[in-house]
Amino acid sequence: MTRRPFILRNPSILIFLALLAIFTAAVTLMSEAFGTAMISTSFVKTLGKTLCLCLVALAMDLVWGYCGILSLGHFAFFGLGGYMIGMWLMYARTEIIVTESLANAAIPPTDQEIVDAIGTQIFGVVGSSDFPPIWAFAHSLPLQLLMVVLVPGLLALVFGWLAFRSRVTGVYLSILTQAMTLALSLYLFQNESGLRGNNGLSGLQNLPGVAASQAVVSVWFLWASALALGLGYLLCAWVVSGKFGSVVRGIRDDEARVRFLGYSVEGYKLFIFTLTAIIAGIAGALYYPQAGIINPGEVAPIASIYLAVWVAIGGRGRLYGAVIGAALVSLISTWFTGGLVPSVPLGFYTIDWVDWWLVLLGLSFVLVTLFAPKGIGGLFDLVSGRFAPDRHGADYGPDKGSLQEEEGRG
Amino acid sequence: MFLRLIAAAALSLLAAGPGSAQDADAPIQQLLQQHSGIIQDSSRRTIQPAIDAIRDSGLPRAQLVLEKWAAREMWLDEETGLFVHAEEIDRDTLRIFDFATGEEIGEVPDDTYDQLKPNSGIRGLINSALVRFQLSDPDPANRLSALQSLERNGNESHLSVLRDSIDGEPDPAIRARKERIERLLTISFGATADERIAAMEAFRGDLGVDVRAKLNPILTTRTSAGAALPEGVNLARELTPGTDITESEAYELLVSEGLAPARLTPDAQRRTLQDNIVGGMVGGVAVPDLRSPAARDRAYAALVGAGRAEPAATNAEAARAIEDHVFYETYVETDAAVTGAAEDVLTSIEMTVAMNQFLDLSLDALSLASIYFLAAIGLAITFGVMGVINMAHGEFIMMGAYTGYVIQQIIPNYTVSILVAIPVAFAVTFGAGVAMERLVIRWLYSRPLETLLATFGISIALQQIAKNVFGTQARPLTSPGWLDGAWIMNDVVSISYIRIAIFVLALVFLAVFLFIMKKTRLGLETRAVTQNPRMAASMGINPDRVNMLTFGLGSGIAGIAGVAIGLYAKVTSELGSDYIVQSFMTVVVGGVGNIWGTLLGATMIGFLQKGIEWLNPSNTLAAQTYMIVFIIIFIQFRPRGIIALRGRAAGD
Repeated sequence: MTRRPFILRNPSILIFLALLAIFTAAVTLMSEAFGTAMISTSFVKTLGKTLCLCLVALAMDLVWGYCGILSLGHFAFFGLGGYMIGMWLMYARTEIIVTESLANAAIPPTDQEIVDAIGTQIFGVVGSSDFPPIWAFAHSLPLQLLMVVLVPGLLALVFGWLAFRSRVTGVYLSILTQAMTLALSLYLFQNESGLRGNNGLSGLQNLPGVAASQAVVSVWFLWASALALGLGYLLCAWVVSGKFGSVVRGIRDDEARVRFLGYSVEGYKLFIFTLTAIIAGIAGALYYPQAGIINPGEVAPIASIYLAVWVAIGGRGRLYGAVIGAALVSLISTWFTGGLVPSVPLGFYTIDWVDWWLVLLGLSFVLVTLFAPKGIGGLFDLVSGRFAPDRHGADYGPDKGSLQEEEGRG
Repeated sequence: MFLRLIAAAALSLLAAGPGSAQDADAPIQQLLQQHSGIIQDSSRRTIQPAIDAIRDSGLPRAQLVLEKWAAREMWLDEETGLFVHAEEIDRDTLRIFDFATGEEIGEVPDDTYDQLKPNSGIRGLINSALVRFQLSDPDPANRLSALQSLERNGNESHLSVLRDSIDGEPDPAIRARKERIERLLTISFGATADERIAAMEAFRGDLGVDVRAKLNPILTTRTSAGAALPEGVNLARELTPGTDITESEAYELLVSEGLAPARLTPDAQRRTLQDNIVGGMVGGVAVPDLRSPAARDRAYAALVGAGRAEPAATNAEAARAIEDHVFYETYVETDAAVTGAAEDVLTSIEMTVAMNQFLDLSLDALSLASIYFLAAIGLAITFGVMGVINMAHGEFIMMGAYTGYVIQQIIPNYTVSILVAIPVAFAVTFGAGVAMERLVIRWLYSRPLETLLATFGISIALQQIAKNVFGTQARPLTSPGWLDGAWIMNDVVSISYIRIAIFVLALVFLAVFLFIMKKTRLGLETRAVTQNPRMAASMGINPDRVNMLTFGLGSGIAGIAGVAIGLYAKVTSELGSDYIVQSFMTVVVGGVGNIWGTLLGATMIGFLQKGIEWLNPSNTLAAQTYMIVFIIIFIQFRPRGIIALRGRAAGD
């Protein structure tokens, strides 16, 4: 039997890409720069950022929903990607400013003088003026773009190799990844880290050497984020389809059995872990130029847990679920914390949603975990009729300990 | 009107009357008259002879004069030129006293009296003159305060005074202190080198900060350079450029001593070039070409050739200059025997200090370990024994701390409120734990990862609720008065009573935990349910009830830990999340399911963190970072912790 083309086997990809294209075109046409100006530039930025969050949620879904590794460190990779691109943005922009101000001097500055002046500008806030070694590539966009991929990728590779090799699994692995995230954010909080301590990197929204207004730049970033999300979706869908995907899902369901079948479980896990870290890094590199600022608080363990929350609410184990969860929760969160939701007067107390939104989120998250483990994505099953295999109540496998059908659906 | 007239008349009578009553011939008054000029002059530079004369006069009233003078209570009668001391009754009236007799002369208007206002410099001189009197004052409190001022700023003149006062000292404690200060002053101001060395030797191994403060200045050095090592100075050591002193520092030293020409800094070079731009050219090089350092050097060389710039030392010349000179440190103190003895004694002191610092650090580490243990012991039950990941554990700690705070608002007595807070905190968090187990965790026993997420949802909700109720600012949980202060063993080793209390509390918890798990029915049932719930159920144990109670117990202990932690840390809504990762680390490192493992894990993490902090004292953040990295690596080698369960109890 000939295999049908990849796209046709996964109709959800076509639907998703079409919706993404329609969304991007619609936002472009309603933006201030290219259309009717129905939505403000800051909202275009919010939408662009949301697309990046969808991309990192996609990565999280791949590593958690498909491979069963509940990583509480993927937002750290996201932040690292942001730091890497932020270094170039900050360097290049400061270079332009410094060169302009030195151009008026009687004697043209030497390269060393320019670099020293940039260092003073950037590191003045942490009481230093020398470039730390990690800024060695900051002057070059291609090299720094390479770092966006390499730094999160290498960190994930080394960490994953250490963790998977010693067979740390389940909740232990989650706690270990959380510890890694905590260590990273504590490290970044120090001024000695060379990344400006808790000041973080700022002014990232200004693209060096680009004269276009923020309205235009925001739409460019929207396009880039949409493109990255589309490509990321394709890549993830391709990875989880076919034989490779089956093995990955097998690891999630019963790691020991896959190992006994002769597969190198550690290799598969390491590949997925590293790949998703790279995707997260790229998403971060697109996110922070739109946010304009990155500081170590972004890397804190709590952010990675929120990422897991989005994926769980959207529905893990299906790629569009992660996208829906990230988009929905982050947009609703913006809406609630922005003070746009009217307060609820109870007579004795007024519920101000800016304060109570997190309580609502936490509790609804508990409810989703308890009552709707499939998340929002589970609703699509009602439409497509895609249920778990119907075995009329028998268990799934020959083993006594294998899942009963009731459990399998849960 | 009438009354006022009478008052004025009476005052004028008084003013005329008492002036004559003063004895102008009394010895103390004569002494003051003798120095009247400089006393009125009131200048720090000239006042010393007057003070010395009064101090050394041996007159019984000398101390009174100095005290009144320093207190700005000495006045000068402008008409007679006599000195009196006086109290200001109101703005215009003085009650004056005779120095010689100490008797009140009367109340006078202050028109004809001039107050002497010694500035702070002069008051310092007067006070140090007063030391002689104070050191043999009958009141021990005055003697002690005099000694205190001697400790701070004793000088050469005090040494003999102090020595004279030692023999007559009746109080043994004050006498010992006087002797110590006498030795300290001898170190700095002793007349002969032998005397000073003997004083130093007496302090061998002494931990006092005051001793080090006296010895260190003796070893102050000055770095200098010269063609050869000088003779007749107290040489500390010779410096080798490149190892003891960087090459650039060495060259700067040469420049500052005028032994070599200054090297050309890029800044100076740029300024010189800038000053010599002629028609877009500098020294034959076009200005736009000056972008490169090589072109700048060429232009500068051309300027030097034309005599318009100072020749600057090249790198080779600088290297040769450094080679041709020697660099050395000399002691400011000229006597080599004194510096040698000081160094010797200081080394012995530093050895003792290092040992005591190690002891102090160990105590710190132990107390940090007991805090981690306290935070983790509840987890050792819920996570270690039951295998439930409770991310809201930190919030239970926070709830305990806030319970303590609320109780303190109701009961103002700190001791009683803490004693009430501990059981109430246990009750509150026990209830919260039971509710959480009933409502959420019970349904997720087969899905541990989802337990993690659901309890995390509860954790953010609880944290935000605490923020909404108590606000974002830190709330104080005040410890009772008897826990204030610290147990000070010597100048180096000390530990606060709160930390000791937390340590004791940790030990008590350990005992309680062991007792419950090993000796009670609940412990037996818990262990049975954990190992094999079905088997336990068939033996008549109700697993649901046992799970509920065990989880409640773990949460309740977290609440008590919260009260203890709140006593020394500020109570905020983020209190719990500060401890949650470390607590999990403690349990995982120690080995899940074993309380001794948790104890070892907490001890290891506590000592490790303090150790790293000691290596890099400025940076607690770095210490935590390295500690976590170390733990991640540690888990590579012992994935199941320090004490790993074996056999069937290990479960999976």
